[in-house]
Amino acid sequence: MPLIEAKHLSKSYGALRAVHDVSFSVDRGEVVGFLGPNGAGKSTTMKMLTGHLRADAGAALIAGLDVAEEAVRAKQHLGYSPEGAPAYGEMTVREFLRFAADLRGLTDPAASVRRTLALCRLEEVAAQGIDTLSKGYRMRVGFAQAVLHDPEVLILDEPTDGLDPNQKHEVRRILKEMAATKAVIVSTHILEEVGELCTRVIVIAKGEVRCDESREKFLARGADLNAVFRQLTA
Amino acid sequence: MTSPAPAAPGLKPFAAMLRREFAGYFRTPLAYVFLAVFNAFAVSLAFFVGGLYESGVASLDRFFLYHPWLWAFLAPAAGARLWAEERRQGTLELLLTWPITVWQAALGKFLAAWLFLACALLMTLPVAFTVGWLGDPDWGVIVSGYAGSLLCAGACLGVAAVASALTRSQVIAFVTGFLACFLLVLVGYGVFDELLAGLFGPAGIDEIRRLGLWRNLEPFTLGLLDVRPIAYFLSVAFAGLGLSTIIIERR
Repeated sequence: MPLIEAKHLSKSYGALRAVHDVSFSVDRGEVVGFLGPNGAGKSTTMKMLTGHLRADAGAALIAGLDVAEEAVRAKQHLGYSPEGAPAYGEMTVREFLRFAADLRGLTDPAASVRRTLALCRLEEVAAQGIDTLSKGYRMRVGFAQAVLHDPEVLILDEPTDGLDPNQKHEVRRILKEMAATKAVIVSTHILEEVGELCTRVIVIAKGEVRCDESREKFLARGADLNAVFRQLTA
Repeated sequence: MTSPAPAAPGLKPFAAMLRREFAGYFRTPLAYVFLAVFNAFAVSLAFFVGGLYESGVASLDRFFLYHPWLWAFLAPAAGARLWAEERRQGTLELLLTWPITVWQAALGKFLAAWLFLACALLMTLPVAFTVGWLGDPDWGVIVSGYAGSLLCAGACLGVAAVASALTRSQVIAFVTGFLACFLLVLVGYGVFDELLAGLFGPAGIDEIRRLGLWRNLEPFTLGLLDVRPIAYFLSVAFAGLGLSTIIIERR
């Protein structure tokens, strides 16, 4: 059973067709790079997969559970970091993670928070208000709440956006460490990330899947990934 | 399976929500400003405008007389952040992808805000003790007055929750919530009688006046526990809660 399944997802905002008949599935151990120009429908697809947006048509399944029909159960298997990693700015990092752990009903919330703070190297800022953190730390907090409960499914919307090269490397390192046991979707428009991180690539443009193939096949399309990307999304 | 296969979390998400929201009020200085303003107004209106002391009667009806006005102003102030803040910070997206139903989240938020308003109300207890010290009031009536005021606060909060669900701006949420509550205050004083007489006739006007906040709070301040005002306050509170939840679900 694939851990993530998009079945003919469609979504329109008024007259604007944001996502049209998008289908794919992701198995355990896969890290899918979700590529596409801005406004291509990446975020909308992710929002439907995570149950934040209701699809006009089609279904999204997390760990075999329909996110619209069995929302709460499906979401227990899901870790999601929306674009820009929103968080409750007035809380400290530890308070925020503790709240997320309590809300998820984890059996040992304190231990989960401690483990996650260590994993994401957030210990030194644990007692700081999230509003006072630098962008790099804030992105890590968003990532931390997504992996707090060690979910099987991880969906990250531009987790490395705005990070410096060292921080990007750090996020990729953590992701690679965890990837073997999870199904991961990472949206990005940094093409180099594909080679470093992903096992598979899905390119989406104008709301439709333009290509869905292994990393090797994608990289074999040409030496200049930017040209490949432009051609695929034209 | 790497996930610890979480069991049905039951009430835990709701309890976590309630705790966070309640504590949230005290994370910013706003809570203390709010409590101070509420107390200052509640006490000064009763003594200086209502003439609580000069009346020479050991009763709090002149104190509760102004509570619809107070709640109409301050419940939207406390309730403005309920959803508007989640929208502004983008955390609504986070919250709605966590394993909690919108209903659980909404109820947690609403009860936390109501609890906060209850704290504000409880801080006025010295007024009651003053009356008790100066005279010999009917404590049953005072308790029922407090209960009515708390219910009135819940009704205003229901209105405020809807206003907050509709916008990402706390200021807009406050202003619209306040205006809606203000209407509920004015209706009870017959301000719109002439306007409405043509539409509903004299009998209709009395029915409409019953929708005012004071008309429903008054029986409590006289120690009359009637089903109708209780039902009125609770239905406004829960209609607001329900409507705000639906707005968030359909966003």
